[in-house]
Amino acid sequence: MSAQQVLFDAPGPKGKRRILLGNIAGVLLVVGLLAFVVVALAGQGQFAAAKWTPFLEWRTWEFFILPGLLSTLKAAAVAVVTSIAFGLLFGVGRLSHIAPIRWFAGLVVEFLRAVPVLLMMIFLWLALSQVPFIEDPIFVSVVTALTLYNGSVIAELVRSGVHGLPKGQREAAMAIGMTPGKSLRSVEIPQALVAMLPAMVSQFVVILKDSALGYIIGYAELLQYSRRLGVGEGNLLQSLLIAAFIFILINFILSSVANRLSTLLSFRTGRKVKKTEDPELAAAAPVP
Amino acid sequence: MDNFLSLFETYDVAGAFWVNIQLTFWAAIWSFILGTILALMRISPIASLQWFGAAYVNIFRNTPLTVIIAFGVLGLWGQLNVVLAEDFQVNFLRLAILGLSIYHAAFVCEAIRSGVNTVPLGQAEAARAIGLSFLPAARLVILPQALRGAVAPLGNVLIALTKNSTVAFAGSVVESSNLMKEMIEFRGDLVIPIFFVFAMGFVIIVVPIGLLTTWLSKKLAVAR
Repeated sequence: MSAQQVLFDAPGPKGKRRILLGNIAGVLLVVGLLAFVVVALAGQGQFAAAKWTPFLEWRTWEFFILPGLLSTLKAAAVAVVTSIAFGLLFGVGRLSHIAPIRWFAGLVVEFLRAVPVLLMMIFLWLALSQVPFIEDPIFVSVVTALTLYNGSVIAELVRSGVHGLPKGQREAAMAIGMTPGKSLRSVEIPQALVAMLPAMVSQFVVILKDSALGYIIGYAELLQYSRRLGVGEGNLLQSLLIAAFIFILINFILSSVANRLSTLLSFRTGRKVKKTEDPELAAAAPVP
Repeated sequence: MDNFLSLFETYDVAGAFWVNIQLTFWAAIWSFILGTILALMRISPIASLQWFGAAYVNIFRNTPLTVIIAFGVLGLWGQLNVVLAEDFQVNFLRLAILGLSIYHAAFVCEAIRSGVNTVPLGQAEAARAIGLSFLPAARLVILPQALRGAVAPLGNVLIALTKNSTVAFAGSVVESSNLMKEMIEFRGDLVIPIFFVFAMGFVIIVVPIGLLTTWLSKKLAVAR
């Protein structure tokens, strides 16, 4: 029931008046809420020019926001690549016709999906700090923890993508003499990847958001730098808001790309890249 | 081995998990209430409320939870002097619950909307035909079916919330991820067993929720 307009009739004169009144009430409510927050903040002196002018200076961006953004993007970019590799490996593993490989991949994926990313991150950080030849244990543990979790989600995406393909694809591949493994690699996986592309891009949003967990183990990313800037300049609130705004902007762009991709691909496959109805597979949907 | 077991006498592991469960429980209730209200706004005939619901979801779905929770302590408490309880620890706990609820409400709203999408158009048309206006139609016809269709995605949100309760670490709440860090720092030689104890704790909490919601979603699904 996506056409929400059926929930109410095309309004007559009376209904239109009511909706107008509702609209006015709604706008007043939202504006009132915002005004309350703004007045409260102004009362605390949060709109003083000195709290905002640092963001007009280049050095704030040069020494705080851009370096922070850069290391956030670096961790996210590396984690995106490694989690795709991990996801493909274990996704194919879960589809393997050799039972022990299937069980092993299943066990690993289910375990990694159930453990909080932060727990893995702290564990890796403390464990890797004891290993002498790792140069930057914090960065390695941020990226590894993101990879292990998001890789396991992508593995599920690959699996549900292959399960969502029409049966005929596999039958045709077998009919022209391919082995099950060959059919999986050169017929099923490539098609599944195209179908799962939008969900995969949505998962990148999760990776980028979770990279902020690095803040807790002291990885110098955007949130960490913003806190430092805020403590230094006495404008913590403003710095955190700017950091949040940057995160929202990037993730919003990524989400729009995912939406565009799914419309684009629905033209290509001639049908909507449908959201899976099976709850077991729906569990693979991108979740924070 | 004795060494390892004695570690559990010194540290209250069960108590730390209890904090996570409390965080999850209260945040689940508040985010469900807030998320349902937001979902109603998004399907209502009033444009300004639709717009507000959409803006809320887009903003909070795209903000890292760490930023929201850190904002609670650094901003609300540190800068604006918002105090939710006299007791220091309870105050941090409540701020973390607030952050978790605000963040997950966006996902609850999306889950309920996906549930609304499983209700066939004819149901809404029938509700209209017997003369129900928006709120009665939503309350009596659409939401009961939508919630049954939303069990699986809501279960996913609950699982995510359970795991995300560890992020309360950023809000100075002493819960399991915090305790794990402390324990490993104290006993660096037992890194792996300590991690597995905590990891298995979450597996034990999360896997039954997944199984339960999958079972429920199949049992409650409206046969069409």
